[in-house]
Amino acid sequence: MPANRFNGNSDYGVGIGLRVPHYQHIFSKKPVVDWFEIISENFMVDGGRPLEILDQILERYRVVQHGVSMYFGSAEPLNREHLTRLKSLVKRTKTAWLTDHLCWGSVDGRYTHDLLPMPYTFEAAKKTAQKIREARDFLEVPIAVENVSSYAEFHVSEMTEWEFLNEVVEDADCGILLDVNNIYVSSRNHNFDPFEYLHSVPAERVAQIHIAGHTKYQRLILDTHDHPVIDPVWALYARAIELAGPTATLLEWDDRIPSFDEVHREALKAKRYLPSQLREAS
Amino acid sequence: MNLEQLQRAVFEVTRQPLTPSERLRPRLPDGRCVREIANALIKPNDRMTSFERLQVYSQQYWFRIMGSLSEDFPGLRSLIGGRKFEKLAVAYLNECPSESFTLRNLGSRLEAWLRKRPEYIAGVERVAIDMVRLEWADIEAFDKLELPRITTADSAKLDGDTVLRLQPHLQLLDLAYPVDELLLRIRGKASKSDTASNAVLKFPRQARIRRSSLPRPGKVYLAVYRLNGIVYFKRLTRDAFALLQAMGEGKPLEKAIEISLVRSRRSLDRLGGQVQEWFKEWSSLGWFARQS
Repeated sequence: MPANRFNGNSDYGVGIGLRVPHYQHIFSKKPVVDWFEIISENFMVDGGRPLEILDQILERYRVVQHGVSMYFGSAEPLNREHLTRLKSLVKRTKTAWLTDHLCWGSVDGRYTHDLLPMPYTFEAAKKTAQKIREARDFLEVPIAVENVSSYAEFHVSEMTEWEFLNEVVEDADCGILLDVNNIYVSSRNHNFDPFEYLHSVPAERVAQIHIAGHTKYQRLILDTHDHPVIDPVWALYARAIELAGPTATLLEWDDRIPSFDEVHREALKAKRYLPSQLREAS
Repeated sequence: MNLEQLQRAVFEVTRQPLTPSERLRPRLPDGRCVREIANALIKPNDRMTSFERLQVYSQQYWFRIMGSLSEDFPGLRSLIGGRKFEKLAVAYLNECPSESFTLRNLGSRLEAWLRKRPEYIAGVERVAIDMVRLEWADIEAFDKLELPRITTADSAKLDGDTVLRLQPHLQLLDLAYPVDELLLRIRGKASKSDTASNAVLKFPRQARIRRSSLPRPGKVYLAVYRLNGIVYFKRLTRDAFALLQAMGEGKPLEKAIEISLVRSRRSLDRLGGQVQEWFKEWSSLGWFARQS
């Protein structure tokens, strides 16, 4: 797979999220998986079973770290304890790049544990980019930020979400974890054309792609990661691959998790969208 | 409105406890109208009002933290029942919102909070606090650091002046109720989740735990520790507990034994060769760490 400086010039293919219900299968069957994505916070502990499991995984597989609570978009400064623990984990996993969300979630040292949407303002973009740069300088690993699903938009916004994403990644000079499911979910919740979003993304900065399922309700779509990927999201994925080239891809499945084989099979559908010569080689 | 002001305003609304029907409350505690705040902050769309869109985030906030606390304290939930647990959890999380980047620490202040707010465990105060202490010790033992263990060569050099360091994951509890037995019966019925989604559909009431009958009082001295990645509970005698407690306070061996004799009101003769047996067993369980 083509590499760029935002994913550590790596060549990762299709991976899946490392999840507790699959541990036994992975250790007993030792399936061939190109790479696993881990939730960083689940392993930012002093010791015990989480790190023992991780070390066993690292003996056999490549791992990329994905965070859920760095909150680059929060107005408050980065949490130093968080950064220190994260750096320790980065040294352990040797992750080629590291991802977290383009969102906020903490106020005055209090955490929501949610991925809250940004107000798309120039002030927010500048502060967010500054925090991404600080984190990258401290962690000494490439960072890519993920676009989130959202269910609300702010009156104060001065630009579209994709313009905001561009503003942040250009200012921070960082990569993008392009979540095509999140683009789809937000496009339905906010009535925009998902392909317009996709075509506005600086393709050369895409370090990784997320695919996932979601849940449709009468008045909104929630990003639940508990279903297979639907065709309109695959269509966005296909276009993303055309624009960015074959890119490290990860299927997220976090709730009502089926068997390892089912999750892996769903993820490997992504190979259908690779150029034919790469599809045959992989 | 700048970024900081907007985030404060959104958080202030979303962290207000939901109504019994899991909706946003119409007013903040200071009387301000939530609908007006939502209208000022959030754009409506053709399907949802500003209020309804903000409500999605409030629901997700509460469903996520309530679910996490419920997963971490199934024993407390079983003791007081699901409804009382929900009331307790809402009050606790409202007064003690998360101050950590990880949900793992959500219950770190629960014991201290319950001691100040015993009305939430009225009638079962002591046993409920014992259960919370045990469940928090279980979390600590699960992922606290394990330092290099002392070796046989280290053991041979021990004398009265030696200060033995206990493993950080070893938790010592003196309990008034045998809640360890109760928790062992409950454990294994609740599963942990790890998620990168930003959607939680509902408070996980489906993971019901049958309300337990109250155990009879009975003093228990307990070590909660980790061995080969698994957390175990081990009951101790009062003497053994007193000795470990003194060692945990950083006392040299001779002093620790003296203190334990005073605390347990035993004579050295009665303790006799038990100390050696204990040290042998505790060393095999990896409870002693090498001094750095």
